[in-house]
Amino acid sequence: MSEFPGATGLVLNEPLLWEKGKVGRRGMSLPRRDVEAAPVDEELIGEVPDLPDLSEVDVVRHYTRLSQWNFGVDSGMYPLGSCTMKYNPKINERLAALTGFAGAHPLLPDRLSQGALRLMAELERFLAEITGMDAVSLQPAAGAQGELTGMLIIFAFHQSKGSPRSKIIVPDTAHGTNPASAALCGFQPVKVASNEQGILSAEAVAALMDEETAGIMVTNPNTLGLFEENIREIAEIVHAKGGKVYCDGANMNAVMGIAHMGKMGVDVLHLNLHKTFSTPHGGGGPGSGPICVTRELEQFLPVPRVVREDGTWELSEEFPQSIGKVHAFYGNFGVMIKAYCYILSMGRDLKRASQLAVLNANYVKARLKDVLHLPYDRPCMHECVFSDKLQRQLKISTIEMAKRLMDYGFHPPTVYFPLVVHGAIMIEPTETESKETLDQFIEAFKAVVKEAAENPDLVRNAPSRCKVRRLDETAAARFPCLAG
Amino acid sequence: MRYLPHTDRDIAEMLDVVAAKDLDDLFATVPAACRRDNELHLSEPLTELELSRHVESLAATMAVSPEYRLFVGAGSYEHFIPESVRYLLGRSEFSTAYTPYQPEMGQGTLQAVYEYQTLVSRLLGMEVTNASLYDGASALAEAVLMAIRVTGRKRVAISRAIHPSYRRVVQTYVQSTDFEVLELPYLPNGRTDLSSVPEMKDLAAVAVQSPNFFGCIEEPKAVGEAAHQGGALFVTAFSEPLAYGLFKNPGSQAADIVCGEGQSFGIPQSFGGPSLGMFATRTQYVRSMPGRLVGQTHDAEGRRAFVLTLATREQHIRREKATSNICTNNSLCALAAAMYLASLGRTGLRELAALNRDKAEYLKKQLTTAGFRVPFDSATFNEFVVEVPAGFDAAYERLLEKRIVAGLPLGRSYPELAGCYLLGVTETRTRADMDDLVRELKS
Repeated sequence: MSEFPGATGLVLNEPLLWEKGKVGRRGMSLPRRDVEAAPVDEELIGEVPDLPDLSEVDVVRHYTRLSQWNFGVDSGMYPLGSCTMKYNPKINERLAALTGFAGAHPLLPDRLSQGALRLMAELERFLAEITGMDAVSLQPAAGAQGELTGMLIIFAFHQSKGSPRSKIIVPDTAHGTNPASAALCGFQPVKVASNEQGILSAEAVAALMDEETAGIMVTNPNTLGLFEENIREIAEIVHAKGGKVYCDGANMNAVMGIAHMGKMGVDVLHLNLHKTFSTPHGGGGPGSGPICVTRELEQFLPVPRVVREDGTWELSEEFPQSIGKVHAFYGNFGVMIKAYCYILSMGRDLKRASQLAVLNANYVKARLKDVLHLPYDRPCMHECVFSDKLQRQLKISTIEMAKRLMDYGFHPPTVYFPLVVHGAIMIEPTETESKETLDQFIEAFKAVVKEAAENPDLVRNAPSRCKVRRLDETAAARFPCLAG
Repeated sequence: MRYLPHTDRDIAEMLDVVAAKDLDDLFATVPAACRRDNELHLSEPLTELELSRHVESLAATMAVSPEYRLFVGAGSYEHFIPESVRYLLGRSEFSTAYTPYQPEMGQGTLQAVYEYQTLVSRLLGMEVTNASLYDGASALAEAVLMAIRVTGRKRVAISRAIHPSYRRVVQTYVQSTDFEVLELPYLPNGRTDLSSVPEMKDLAAVAVQSPNFFGCIEEPKAVGEAAHQGGALFVTAFSEPLAYGLFKNPGSQAADIVCGEGQSFGIPQSFGGPSLGMFATRTQYVRSMPGRLVGQTHDAEGRRAFVLTLATREQHIRREKATSNICTNNSLCALAAAMYLASLGRTGLRELAALNRDKAEYLKKQLTTAGFRVPFDSATFNEFVVEVPAGFDAAYERLLEKRIVAGLPLGRSYPELAGCYLLGVTETRTRADMDDLVRELKS
């Protein structure tokens, strides 16, 4: 076995910004003053905000040191379940930063913005093709905003039929954003339990679906990494009562080129460009959460929409049934560019990306299931979910093993989610990890499991190789200190 | 494909381990009825060179500085971005990380966001700033919803001088609820008319923007008094926070919730996004606040460290009872803003803000001297409204041919201002640019 990536080296301390610097220093070259000072009403003038004055070197060292305390996909394997931490191609960063795009003002006449509008129109078409849906809006700024947009579209649909509905069915395996988005839209989420196989049964949905229910929000593949095999039947049940099927497409990375969301009976679907389509997550965003719909629901998509008139791309507001705007402009265009570049670079190989993502997850599952409890022993999609059941008797829990993985040089998997698995460990390797890296991760996890039995304090006291040791998170919440 | 590391031999070995005969076999649980019946209709993969040429050709069609000289702000501002900020933001330890759920491996992001929260709190004069929202528009929508939660009331009054897109997003967010949005008109001086507020009963919030969409500085004290007298929260929005480098900040004017757009601080315009939703409030309301928060704590050895905190407000814990559905926010844009503010410092911030205002005042003066009327006589920052003579459309088109964009026509969002343009000037426009604009307009 080759050496694990986790190692210690010289890590530099760095104070807070305002603990360094001196009044009068400057870290930025201001454009030249070529006008006189204009008189100003003293009443309006405020005190100068108390920002530290730093030199350019101060600022560069500060953030360089901070960055070295972080771990990203470029640092190593980041198997965070449900987050699809695949490699983020570098060329896409350069192309999104081209002056023509980065410097573009959003409110110029359309004919001065043709390249951006064409890119958006083509990306919409690609996403429709990949999902099997009919129409797309790129406006939502992240997955959760896509969910809200989708809920509003379903609300608008029922309202247009003259019969607003109050409830929506949400499985117990759903991301927390699902019930939160539904509630924000005024729907009352009704929980449906998944069956002993970890998926929804048609009967369970049939028992809840009625004409007060606007539809169902389902994640497919679901958060246990399983394909919802009964989705067609479920969609038929929901449709028969006049409801709509919303699919959380956070896990689309498993089924590109394979599944067809339209044929599945999905009416509305959101994608996360910062997951499936390789745009970097930025330590918490910006993301992009396009929404894909059937022809029937297209009229409700947010405005403006990109249309083509006489060979010219235009932004059109001429959709009277639209739910309106969810973003000040057109969404996170800078993120869209990167997803567009990714799709063009991959082409039909997107299917292979999904196949290899699923192969990687099944490989990890097969090789770890003799040391970790596997609550649903079925073929998985792009991620697999274990639990800490075997280690609990040693009084070692998921979080402790997760922290110990850091010492071996891996980002931990998602932990304690989905909620239906006690002590869940949700591993999503993604297709961009090689077999050697997976083998190393598997060996590391096995070593942690072995330590849990033989040297449990080592695991309990982890991590020991990071910039900091375990944090007192209770104190942070009990005595909030949110600014310095 | 260079992003897929698997060799045929790797695949064969791995298939063997998972007991599948081929890659298709892995998808046995996907019913035939749920599958595509054709291959993806996408082109052959482009090479990196082909991709570059193609995307560069699209970018080349865009009207951008310096070939074009734009006098347009309206919520997206062309400010100078120092190379050091661009460079630091490219550090992939920041950009390729996820939300720092595992704080021991994300101290860089966490300290940087904590610093962002602090710098923005100081800038706005507020006590607590969250880790970011999507943009100025959704920040206002979240502020309205928070005021409704805090007060238990269902009506809000929103100034018509708030950015039209922000108001539309608020409408979208409340359309499926029984919340009511009332509009406050604006006065002949361009500021919000508060005279109807006392008659509006049971308001959760009174919301204005300052500088407002017309560039005018509102009278926040008066808005705050009007709001507080009726038991409503005073919400103030912004699209140009650089103004607070010169003018009084919202916190000093008794604002309860401050929300807006932070694109001006080191974030490229990028055709409108990604940008930065800034959101701040007073400590007493922190548990009703949307969005993530980073707090200071210590590790097992007593060293200072940072962590995501007060998560019991959030969707992953509270689900349908959360204060917001937000999960991914615009963290990297918050880092850009912090890097930019750190580069500017207090001295630079005041200087840059004054420069913006002085340039706008110069242009305003040149235009009025040339006979254009400025309909609103309130103080402005780096944007202002100009009334144009009939037939100006032709002049606007002629200027476009000369690669000058002479402002944003207001008629579409404000039919009553059909003959008016909103002009914006930042430090990136030179005196010569402005003189050219005025000369062309006169000719």
